[in-house]
Amino acid sequence: MKPLKKLVDWIDYRFPIIDTIKEHATEYYAPKNFNFWYFFGGLALLALGIMILSGIFLAMSYKPDAQLAFGAVEYIMRDVQGGWLLRYIHSTGASMFFVVVYLHMFRGMMYGSYKEPRELLWVIGCVIYLALMAEAFMGYLLPWGQMSFWGAQVITNLFSTVPFIGSDLAILIRGDFVISEATLNRFFALHIAAIPLILVGIIFVHIVALHRVGSNNPDGIEIKKHKDANGHPLDGIPFHPYYTVKDSMGAVAFLFIFCAIIFFAPDMGGYFLEDNNFVPANPMKTPEHIAPVWYFTPYYAILRAVPPMFGSQFPGVVAMGIGNVIFFLLPWLDRGKVKSIRYRGPIYKVFLTLFVISFLGLGWLGTLPATPVYTWIARVLSIIYFAFFILMPWYTKIDKCKPEPDRVTFH
Amino acid sequence: MTKHVDHNKRLLLVAASMAAGGVAAAGAGTPFVMSLMPSERAKAAGAPVEVDIAAIEPGMMTVVEWQGKPVWIVRRTQAMLDLLAKHDDSLADPDSSIQQQPEYCHNAYRSIKPEILVVLGVCTHLGCSPTYRPEVAPPDLGDNWPGGWFCPCHGSRFDLAARVYKGVPAPTNLVVPPHKYLSDSRLLIGDDRKGKA
Amino acid sequence: MNAIKKLWMLALFLCIPALAVASGAGHLDKAPVDLKDSASLQRGAKFFIANCLACHGASYMRYNRLKDLGMTDEEIKPLLPEGSKPGSTMQAGMDAGSAKLAFGVGPPDLSVIARARGQDWLYTYLRSFYVDSKRPSGANNVVFPGVGMPNVFAPLQGEQELHVENHEGHETKKLVLTKPGSMKPAEFDATIGDLTSFLVYLGDPSKLVRPRIGYIVLGFLFILFLLTYALKKEMWKDIH
Repeated sequence: MKPLKKLVDWIDYRFPIIDTIKEHATEYYAPKNFNFWYFFGGLALLALGIMILSGIFLAMSYKPDAQLAFGAVEYIMRDVQGGWLLRYIHSTGASMFFVVVYLHMFRGMMYGSYKEPRELLWVIGCVIYLALMAEAFMGYLLPWGQMSFWGAQVITNLFSTVPFIGSDLAILIRGDFVISEATLNRFFALHIAAIPLILVGIIFVHIVALHRVGSNNPDGIEIKKHKDANGHPLDGIPFHPYYTVKDSMGAVAFLFIFCAIIFFAPDMGGYFLEDNNFVPANPMKTPEHIAPVWYFTPYYAILRAVPPMFGSQFPGVVAMGIGNVIFFLLPWLDRGKVKSIRYRGPIYKVFLTLFVISFLGLGWLGTLPATPVYTWIARVLSIIYFAFFILMPWYTKIDKCKPEPDRVTFH
Repeated sequence: MTKHVDHNKRLLLVAASMAAGGVAAAGAGTPFVMSLMPSERAKAAGAPVEVDIAAIEPGMMTVVEWQGKPVWIVRRTQAMLDLLAKHDDSLADPDSSIQQQPEYCHNAYRSIKPEILVVLGVCTHLGCSPTYRPEVAPPDLGDNWPGGWFCPCHGSRFDLAARVYKGVPAPTNLVVPPHKYLSDSRLLIGDDRKGKA
Repeated sequence: MNAIKKLWMLALFLCIPALAVASGAGHLDKAPVDLKDSASLQRGAKFFIANCLACHGASYMRYNRLKDLGMTDEEIKPLLPEGSKPGSTMQAGMDAGSAKLAFGVGPPDLSVIARARGQDWLYTYLRSFYVDSKRPSGANNVVFPGVGMPNVFAPLQGEQELHVENHEGHETKKLVLTKPGSMKPAEFDATIGDLTSFLVYLGDPSKLVRPRIGYIVLGFLFILFLLTYALKKEMWKDIH
């Protein structure tokens, strides 16, 4: 052990390694009452690691060339040794990343993790969510199948609805009049370099901000209120070893589900890998039914639900955009006196439940062809979706909250 | 806090989890490492090559590509073969004792049939491809040149059995790739397994 | 409260794949695909190489990959076209330009056709050609109206005609065999079943190894889960 200690001392003299470990692991005090929902932040970090690693290895065999891209993916699937596994890890990972991120966000909403003093933490998280959507959208172009091509075509065309500058803006984004090799090349560059760098950077900042204010918990009360003689929160426990072992267990359970999908249902019935994306991109022929991948479909449904106004699709695009960024405002929309849903009144519970139903319902409708009936359901659900946010200052204020406990509880 | 903590049990569980986690990590790493190996496409491009050698004139060399590398096939004349034994003392490894050839080519001619030499045209120094200089005693290579290969990169010299001379940068004789005769005039380069073609 | 919410969230997630299965187009026959039946896959492969490759390519598939199906080098060698090596990819016999002239559209590459179309669609499509004098090729297809491909199966399957029956405004389409081919209907269906199985394999060759590796991986992760669960339980004895 002697030489090891010497090495650690040598490093610590030059880099605060011991302090860093203390501050972020062995002496980072997390509330002891974390429940199931608190697995997903760590799992999102795991998913990021999996995506970066598998992405690097895929990039070694991929070719961002309109003539070669589709074949390059099949080359990876067939000719590269173990390539099919890397590809399925990456394609499944994209969806699983969104699954854990959505659950992570829902956790934050349930327990009021966006409320003071965690407003900035929440805002940074929302930026991560937007960056993640950009990352996923650009990555989806790379297999250069029909859905890649037409999905990108439709989304970039959304920008052309912007008044006055729209068509120039869409051309600027695509680098051509339609999705083309120029688009493929720039999306590739953004997908493998620019956005991952941003993501890693803001995720780091997200964690720094978290460790500054400390974790929220299912009771939504501040554990820093009660401290022992050493200044440690009475209801806190060191992240290491208690949460490292607990999160390890969660990670293994997550990987079990992840691997079950990779090995037994990598298409996930057409939801993780769409059938039409196994037809090479053909700019001359649109597939009969285009739907984005499932994690975008709630917003896609909102887009389709808004009728054209003044001869323009722009209002729908705006609604979709607002639906996306409205999460940023949560800390200031919520005027409830308690954080956690456990001590909220019935009105908030009803609204949150309706919100979840509208989000999942819109997600489901977004995968289906738009029929008049579906469009009307989508309109109702869109209104519920926005009502959750817009009415929040009102209903959180009049809602009857239960008293919060003084110390954390276990459920 | 008063409950008895069984430290041995904890240590055992930590060790077991870490060991199993290590196995899992190694398993997960396997496809990543595998993907760095030559792909099926590379293997197909590097598959054994069939060559018809009937058309090679005596004293002439033909070059075929195998695994992306040049393979020389020379039909040596009797005169060339006769010269091979006469300069052993100026060679680094005249008996080919360093295994740069399959066992069936470990002989004075470094070949299966004496007249047909099959050798990888890649210099054992830094991988350049030497030039074929079969003529005896050309002005630029000196009076003692019995015919062979000269590497333009760093001046390594090889005789007509692809053996390296002393005092040149290349350390060993050129490599003889695995090969076999499918018939008298058909050669398969890259595969020497007996039986099937 | 929490437990209930957890349950219905889970239920909704599980619904998603079920919905995907439900949204198929028209009536399709269930394809008799069994990837464990290597004899069937081999018959399908031989039929594919002998017939389909005349016009279609499978340009991401290498001949020597047929070893996946239990074939040996000696069995693969006679299947190779002139000038191909065992490591060559399966190219169409016909070049794309002249194919486009002949049929109006280039015959699609079949490497991943089973993933794009689905096995039941393929199985039904390949058996649903009928005589239609209005089409340039003289044939049409029930599940792919206006298809460019001529009915190359006529010598095997025989000729079918489309009978549309009208029951009180309710149309039913029925294919009737009018001229028998060299195969009996059951025999032809089995042949197309073999071909469909091969196409499913062709779409994703990893399908043959995936489940085997998958069970090992999941089994191992299960053990690892038990270990980490025990470790967590043990460590958390400290927490009250």
